[in-house]
Amino acid sequence: MERYGESLSIAGLSTGYRDRRIVQGLTLPAVAPGTVLSLIGPNAAGKTTLLRALAGLLAAEGSVRLGDRDLVGMALESRARLVTYMPQSLPQRVALTVLEAVIGAERASAVDRDEADRLAIVERAMDVIERVGIGHLAMTGLDHLSGGQRQLASLAQALVRTPRVLLLDEPISALDLHYQLKVMKLVHALSRERGMIVIMVLHDLAIAARWSDRVVVLSNGAVAADGPPAEAISAEVLAQVYKVAARVAPGPSGLQIDIEDTLPL
Amino acid sequence: MNDPATTGAARAAAIAAYRQAVRRRVLIVAGMGVLCLFAFALDISTGPSALPLADVWAGLFSPDTLSAPQVTIIRDVRLPYALMAILVGAALSLAGAEMQTILNNPLASPFTLGVSSAASFGAALAIVLGLSLPFISADWMVPLNAFVAAFASVLLLEALARSRAAGVEGVVLFGIALVFTFNALVALLQFVASQEALAQLVFWGMGSLGRATWSNLSVLAVVLAVTVPFSLRSAHAMTALRLGEDRARSFGIDIARLRILSLLRISALAATAVAFVGTIGFIGLVGPHIARLMLGEDHRFLLPASMLTGALVMSLASVASKIMVPGALLPVGIVTSMIGVPVFLFLIMRKPERV
Repeated sequence: MERYGESLSIAGLSTGYRDRRIVQGLTLPAVAPGTVLSLIGPNAAGKTTLLRALAGLLAAEGSVRLGDRDLVGMALESRARLVTYMPQSLPQRVALTVLEAVIGAERASAVDRDEADRLAIVERAMDVIERVGIGHLAMTGLDHLSGGQRQLASLAQALVRTPRVLLLDEPISALDLHYQLKVMKLVHALSRERGMIVIMVLHDLAIAARWSDRVVVLSNGAVAADGPPAEAISAEVLAQVYKVAARVAPGPSGLQIDIEDTLPL
Repeated sequence: MNDPATTGAARAAAIAAYRQAVRRRVLIVAGMGVLCLFAFALDISTGPSALPLADVWAGLFSPDTLSAPQVTIIRDVRLPYALMAILVGAALSLAGAEMQTILNNPLASPFTLGVSSAASFGAALAIVLGLSLPFISADWMVPLNAFVAAFASVLLLEALARSRAAGVEGVVLFGIALVFTFNALVALLQFVASQEALAQLVFWGMGSLGRATWSNLSVLAVVLAVTVPFSLRSAHAMTALRLGEDRARSFGIDIARLRILSLLRISALAATAVAFVGTIGFIGLVGPHIARLMLGEDHRFLLPASMLTGALVMSLASVASKIMVPGALLPVGIVTSMIGVPVFLFLIMRKPERV
């Protein structure tokens, strides 16, 4: 499959809900193809809001460019060929199997495919399900899965559309350690293989540090730090944004982060 | 567990199981179609005037062999009656299936959420006030007015379903309030209606196939012929909507457009059915639930199967209404309610978080 080569850049992006602005004039230097970027920050920092605006689910002003295409003015259906969003919520009370749900995700609207790929939709859906590690559950109903298994099915639904930009809202919040690591490895490998840009909201700083090329720390809807994990996650930033006293040091794999105490708010 | 040979076999098994499931669903839908034909045949063969099955078929295909009254009974009473059962069942059940998906509510149906009541108020208004528009025949005037009222009620329901404050239960309670409101308004119209209009209004409360005529049938057939193709075309979008609204939108589906077009179809289907046969309860609830139990929620199969189960249940209810009390023709709405109420209660009771 072709390797994507466009960068994503965000300039002067403002978004939010009817009665309150959450993100105001946010600018991010270009995110190169094949980058895994983690969005971290305290509760209500605007992480999910930013992700939903990038997905086109929230009205936004400013510019979000993928290569030479402006995503902000783009119709939802055209944008869905480029960008896929995996929400944090999982489907409830649905009488569909994992495989049906993944096929349904692909068929929901047109995706750029050549003829052979279009015909082999069942096989491709099955590939994705196997890659996220739930091949044995392909014909199990979503209602019969655990929260973690449903989260993996949800990831498979996003991946099957082979987006250029993949937006993940807390993709590992319901997963055990094994699957947390598996998903991070998979996302990392796919971004390298396809040149896919991954932007994900994470709460676990150690995982963000270990598996991201770039970390953006959000606080009150603005960028508090942006850079490689070792630069963006520092004791000063953690103190300022999360109000915690921490020690951050380079470790054998990624960063060694010790949160020692809370600071007065 | 990661041995490539076993995973390869498991993978092939899963794909085979999926294809098998698709084939099974096609067969089930076809089987439902055949059952509908049988029920239809049974329906035209039963009635107060004892005509043997052979005579009924003779009346349809070689009328010369029977007396004129017999031919009239078969062609102008039994046949339209049985066809109306099939079409009304299909229309109400399709409307119910779409409502359940669009409102994300397993208890939704034109009857339970007051859309049928709104439609009968609209129809009653047209009859009592004798409304008419130039270039529109009376055959269309009553369903048209029913449609306007039904559409207003679904817009209200949809607005409520979208304001997350209400929740699934809130929408159901609001629907019940709509039922009471429109029933009261119909009662008010009955109070001021002329003797002749009153007779027509009372018939709605019952829900009966007794007024099926060929012109009514053709109006309902046209409405179905127009709505069904659009409904089936949105099957993929509706399946995706079941995976969650944000997810479906991120897959490129214009949910607002999907909703409004679906609500238009629901209103048209429910309003036409109500305008000709009155409020028939629970078909729009029972039909889709039977179909969902058999086929799951891939809407490519769920929507047509819902129509067929609705048609089948309605057709059998029509047969039952003719034979339950010997010598009497019960309004079919009574029979569907007797089937529907237990199903409705079961859906409410089975698991609190599922409602």
